[in-house]
Amino acid sequence: MKKYQYDLRVADNVKVGTNTVLLTLSFDGKTFPDIVAGQFAELQAPSDKVLLRRPISIHDADPDNGLVSFLIQIVGEGSRSLAQAAIGQTVNAVLPLGNGFSYLTAHSVRPLLIGGGVGVAPLLLLGRRLSEYGVRPTFLFGARNAGALVRLDEFSRYGNIFVTTEDGSAGEKGFVTGHSLLLDSECFDRIYSCGPTPMMKAVAKWAMEHETPCEVSLEHKMACGIGACLCCVEDTADEGNVCVCKDGPVFPIERLKWLH
Amino acid sequence: MASLKTRIGSLELENPVMTASGTFGYGTEYADFMDISRLGAIIVKGTTLHRREGNPYPRMAETPQGMLNAVGLQNKGVDYFVDHIYPETQKIGCPIIVNVSGSCIDDYVETAGIINTLDGIPAIELNISCPNVRQGGMAFGVNPESAAQVVSAVRKAYDRTLIVKLSPNVTDITQIAKAVEGAGADSVSLINTMLGMAINAETRRPVLSTITGGMSGPAVKPVALRMVWQVAKAVSIPVIGLGGICCATDAIEFLLAGASAIEIGTANFIDPSVSEKVIDGINEYLDRHGFESVQDIVGGLITD
Repeated sequence: MKKYQYDLRVADNVKVGTNTVLLTLSFDGKTFPDIVAGQFAELQAPSDKVLLRRPISIHDADPDNGLVSFLIQIVGEGSRSLAQAAIGQTVNAVLPLGNGFSYLTAHSVRPLLIGGGVGVAPLLLLGRRLSEYGVRPTFLFGARNAGALVRLDEFSRYGNIFVTTEDGSAGEKGFVTGHSLLLDSECFDRIYSCGPTPMMKAVAKWAMEHETPCEVSLEHKMACGIGACLCCVEDTADEGNVCVCKDGPVFPIERLKWLH
Repeated sequence: MASLKTRIGSLELENPVMTASGTFGYGTEYADFMDISRLGAIIVKGTTLHRREGNPYPRMAETPQGMLNAVGLQNKGVDYFVDHIYPETQKIGCPIIVNVSGSCIDDYVETAGIINTLDGIPAIELNISCPNVRQGGMAFGVNPESAAQVVSAVRKAYDRTLIVKLSPNVTDITQIAKAVEGAGADSVSLINTMLGMAINAETRRPVLSTITGGMSGPAVKPVALRMVWQVAKAVSIPVIGLGGICCATDAIEFLLAGASAIEIGTANFIDPSVSEKVIDGINEYLDRHGFESVQDIVGGLITD
C-alpha cells in the first residue's frame, strides 16, 4: 500500500470534548490514498518545541471530498500545537501507515467495537467500512465521565452504542468489561478494540475466555512510523520484537504475550 | 551544475549524502517518499553475527531538539541479511554499506568476513561506538588500544573500504581516530550517539528501559561539528560527518569542517524525504557560490 507525504490544509479544527479536538485535513486534489480502518498518520506538529512527528489514528476518511480527520487528545506540546492549528494552515502528514483491522478478510457479521477514551478514534472509520459491507456493528465505549465521550452522533450512524463511565455520569458505572452487554457472550463473533492498554488487556482476557477472536490497536511511542528506527517494538509470541508502526498497530491478541 | 562526486577509500560516491545506520532501515522503507537511488550511499541497520532481539520497550524518548534511543542493535543476524535482505538491496541502485557490530573481536571479524564475500557491498562501517549494548559496542571505541585491536583484526578479514564509526563519549576523539587510522581504517565516521538519559519526574522512573541511551538530533550538532573539525585535522583518511544534520546548510557546515561525506540520521524520522532535499541543496549552494566541485568546500573553513 503506497504511503504519501503531503502538506495538507487544515479544513476544520474543533473542540469535541473536554480535552479533545477533531482535526480535519484537506487533500485539495492530491491523490487520496486507500486507507484501511485502524491505520494511522504521522503528523508534524506545528511547534518549534517538538522534533518528532506524532502518530495519530485516522478517525475518518472521505475520499469524495478529499478529507481525512483525527481525534486528538491534548496530552503534551505536540498534541497541543496540533489542536491549535488554524484553518488554512498546513500540516505535513505521512500516511497511511501500519496495518488496520482485519474486517476485509474476517467476514464477521456481529462485531463488537470496544473503545476507551480517545481510543474510540479508529472505530468510526471501522464502523463506516463495516456498514459499507452491510454489517452493523455494536459499539461499547468506556470513559472517565460523560464529558469524555465524544462523537456519539457520528458513531450512531453505523451501530448501537453502549457506554460505561468510571463515575457513572453516563451509561453503566464501571469498566467496559463489566458492561451487562457482555453477559451474553454469544452475541458477538469478533471484537475490535482500541484504548488504554489496561482496558485492552481486560478485553483480550475476556475474549480469550469466551473464545471470541479479538484484535487490539496498540499505541507505542514512535519515531519514524515506517519500521526503520525500531523504537516502537512489542514482544510477540511468533516473531519476538516487532514494530508496532509496521507490523501493527493492530494485532490479533494471540500474537501478543499479554495472556501467556 | 557542480560535481558532487566524493571518494571514501576506494569507494567513489555520486554525492556526499548517505543515510545513517539504524535510521533508514534497508532503504526500501523510504522508497515511497523519495528516489532512494539518488543517495550517495545507504548505510543499513547494524548487523551482528547472530540475531539480536534488542532492548525491551520503551526504547525512545524525545528530548529538546533531540531524541534518545536504546534499540540495542536489534537485527536478524548476518546470515539472514545475506540470504534475504542483500538481494533486495541490490535492486536499489546506489551503493549499500553494511554497519557491522559485535560483542567480541571474533564476532566482528567473522561478520566482516561474511560481508566480504558479497560483491555488491563495497564497504562496511564498523560500529565500535554503540552505547546501547552491554558488552562490546562502545567499549571498543572508548580506548585507542582496543579500538586499534578490533580494527586491525577486521582489516585482515575485510578487503574493501573499511569505515570505522567513532564514539563521542571519549575525552579526546582524535586519539581514537589516529589509532584506527594506524590500524588500517580507510575512513572514520563520526559521531555516533552521545550517552544521555531521560527521567519521568511524575513516575520517578527512567523513560528508557535501559535507563541510559544514545542521544541524537539537532541538539548534538555543535558537538559533532567540533569533533569532525578536530578529527579531520588529525588524520589523513577521509572523514564522514554526522550528528544532527537536518538540511543542506547543516551538511555544508560539516563539509567545511573537513568531512568528505555526511550521513543523515534522526532527520529521516522527521522528514522521510530530507536526504534528497539535502542533495539538491548542496548542489544549489555550490552553484550559488561558483564552486565546480564539492571537493572545493571540503575542509574549506576560513579561520583567519
